Amino acid sequence: MDALTVIVTASIISAGLAIAIGGYGPARALGEALSKALESIARQPEAGAQIMRTLFVGMALIESIAIYAFVIALIILFANPLIGYIVK
Amino acid sequence: MVHLYQEVTAVKRLNVFPESVFSVGPAHITDTVMTTWLIMTVVITVCFLFTRKLSIEPSAGQEIIEAAFEAVEKTVRDVLPIDPWLVVPVLGTLWIMIGFSNLVGLLPGLKTPTADLNTTFAFALISYSMTHIFGIATQGYKGYLLHYKEPTWLLLPFHLIAEVTRTIALAVRLFGNMLSGDMIAIILIGIVGFLVPVPFDLLHFVIGIIQAYIFGILTLVFIAGGIRTEI
Repeated sequence: MDALTVIVTASIISAGLAIAIGGYGPARALGEALSKALESIARQPEAGAQIMRTLFVGMALIESIAIYAFVIALIILFANPLIGYIVK
Repeated sequence: MVHLYQEVTAVKRLNVFPESVFSVGPAHITDTVMTTWLIMTVVITVCFLFTRKLSIEPSAGQEIIEAAFEAVEKTVRDVLPIDPWLVVPVLGTLWIMIGFSNLVGLLPGLKTPTADLNTTFAFALISYSMTHIFGIATQGYKGYLLHYKEPTWLLLPFHLIAEVTRTIALAVRLFGNMLSGDMIAIILIGIVGFLVPVPFDLLHFVIGIIQAYIFGILTLVFIAGGIRTEI
């Protein structure tokens, strides 16, 4: 196995793992946030608009972690800096 | 083994990344920039045509634009304690621009401008400057700088770090969402092509609107954080 094979193999595996692990946590967190928000809207429908706004902001912040994982996976797959050392 | 590298670079030519069309001096004009110009032309023309003859009994076009701006104004009024019309013009423009940019990629032949990190960073920089400008405009330099010591001086470094990271997060969030939608569509077209990408495109449609909303709401919340009024 030469160096390029090792790098490409490792890149593919780690890109998949990055999305898998990086998506798991935010998905749990999003589900929890949404279920809590729905609970409180059901209890107090008149506060619905404000809860939804806060929910959107919070969800955006949680979701950005998954987006970071996605960007990292993209960098590994499409702009891998390590391949440049092997292939001139 | 070298042909493996060529395969990898061939994937790079997935049609989702910006490509340079022509260059003016050192600046490359990519197709995403051209799409942005197209959106600007369309939006400005539509607004110009519909606001030329304003009347008490509005035409359909005037009604649509008024409804859009009333929605923006109501959102701003709910979040900010200052006069909403200070913020509405620039925030409304940002909102409409991002909304159109997110959705224009659904038309065949056009590339989503917000799937280009340069575009989203430009938007995030506008949002970043808005935070400071409105903070300074409402409470002066001294009052604005004092908000960095809330609640204690110990948190000053974290405030400064947050200024940078939240701007980067704003840009990367929009970019990642839009690019992932485009990539899913293109990969699915490569695999099946018939009818299967449609639900994903619908999801992309919803995500485009939600991301535009979130971008504006986060900008609003950042501005509100900089204004620091005790209501």
